[in-house]
Amino acid sequence: MDIATGGKGRCGMKTQGRARDVQILELSKTFQTKSGEEIHALKDIDLHIQPGEFVSVVGTSGCGKSTLMRIVCGLIPATRGRVLVSGEAVDRPRDDVGVVFQNAVLLPWKTVKDNVLVPMDLRDRRRPEHEQRAKALLAMTGLSGFEAKYPFELSGGMRQRVSICRALMCQPSFLALDEPFGALDAMTREAMNLELMRICAETRATVLFITHSVPEAVLLSDRVVVMTPRPGRIADVIDVRLPRPRTLKDYASDLFNDYTGRIRELLGAETLA
Amino acid sequence: MTTPAESESYSALKRSPSPAGLRRWGRDALLAIALPSITLVLLLALWDWAVVYFNIPSTLLARPGAVVSELYYGVTSGLLAKHTLITMQEVVYGFAVGAFAGFVLGAAVAESTWTRLALYPFLVAFQMIPKVAIAPLFIIWLGYGVSSKVAFTASITFFPVVINTIVGLRSVDAEVLEMMRVFRASRWQTFWQVKLKFALPYLFASLEVAMVLSVIGAIVAEFVGATGGLGYLILQQMHTLETARVFAVLVVLSLLGIVLSWVIRVAARRALFWHESERGTPS
Repeated sequence: MDIATGGKGRCGMKTQGRARDVQILELSKTFQTKSGEEIHALKDIDLHIQPGEFVSVVGTSGCGKSTLMRIVCGLIPATRGRVLVSGEAVDRPRDDVGVVFQNAVLLPWKTVKDNVLVPMDLRDRRRPEHEQRAKALLAMTGLSGFEAKYPFELSGGMRQRVSICRALMCQPSFLALDEPFGALDAMTREAMNLELMRICAETRATVLFITHSVPEAVLLSDRVVVMTPRPGRIADVIDVRLPRPRTLKDYASDLFNDYTGRIRELLGAETLA
Repeated sequence: MTTPAESESYSALKRSPSPAGLRRWGRDALLAIALPSITLVLLLALWDWAVVYFNIPSTLLARPGAVVSELYYGVTSGLLAKHTLITMQEVVYGFAVGAFAGFVLGAAVAESTWTRLALYPFLVAFQMIPKVAIAPLFIIWLGYGVSSKVAFTASITFFPVVINTIVGLRSVDAEVLEMMRVFRASRWQTFWQVKLKFALPYLFASLEVAMVLSVIGAIVAEFVGATGGLGYLILQQMHTLETARVFAVLVVLSLLGIVLSWVIRVAARRALFWHESERGTPS
């Protein structure tokens, strides 16, 4: 199975990971409660993310966004349907999929650099080129000089940046981010949005971004998927045709507000229905 | 882009403090030594005064001076050293065996459903037995020497370590474990590199309790039947009503306890520098 991706499959051994496409095919997930009741978390999700594309998923809490994310990462199985990353079925976590959670989930006893190197240390012996890459990633996210600090010495935004560096360590061709800035204050969040856009432009990774912030989704994405709860379904997919590079000034543009207005309408219509 | 880190960083704390800080530190340290010393002197004076004033016979309560001279005699004659060494052996070996066994069993129970189902009820049941009541059994099985005390001490230190190992290993954040799955860490790697580290605060807390218990265990076992050790010495002096010497042994015992707990504290401080419990402002 690994032969298709070049045999090794061990992360960091390839050159810069090429962006891959991600296909989500008629995906459904049903949970069984203890009383035997069935809960349809996701129903018939169909989504094709192009290589290098940035796709956001917005929806109210409980619409199955995180479930979708966990299936895409290979953490939980789908009830029906499949997820393909560059044509290969995802049935367990993969090296070429980078994941960032809402919390940074750093190991508190490791320094910033060692945290970024965790995926490497778990695989084979650390190599000088790994250390070089970790340093380069930290520099790219503005964390130069913080390599030897511990997570408890960092602010929330910095911690999340370390977490993003860690996800990028394996040179993923696909990044899955589950409300990565949800726990940050508004100002840090905006700064992180700009940073993420820059990182994505630099790495050209395919991105699936889960959020409940409509402006954030519009600012970052090529397409915004609007989901509705119970059962989690795609209400509509909005193409965001704002020119890149985008800045915080875009927040004020009429076109931007058109997009957010349309998405809010979709969300509102669905929650009231 | 870079926001300044919190003004006081861990790395900064390790650097030498400012002269003003040093002075403050010096004053605090002096107070930390001076105040307990004054308390000690006052207590000793009160004790001495009470013995004289109420005319308490020396077989009931010896005067501090007598205790000091007994201590002096015990140290110079080598009597205390000999028995301290025996008790210390019992405590350290018993603690090591009990803590190790407790950790292994705790890990097995926390990590495997099969072992949990098979062993946990018996662990709980066995914990309910008053340990002191089984001390005579160990003497019957292993004799009057050191080995019976080690075994009994181990059986006492075992429980807090088992329980805290289980709780510690199970309290690991689900998100961290999920992250380890994302990185495709093996079960073995997840256990040694992540779960164990997160369980360390619980483990060290139990080791501190276990250390106190192991001193109690060794003394109780010596009371039941022994040919040497500080507990044996206390019992011997009791028969001849040498109360001053009993007090001298008590002083040695508490010193032993303080030193052993201190060793655990230092180990904890080094291993848990990242944990909230050890990160408070250094005083």
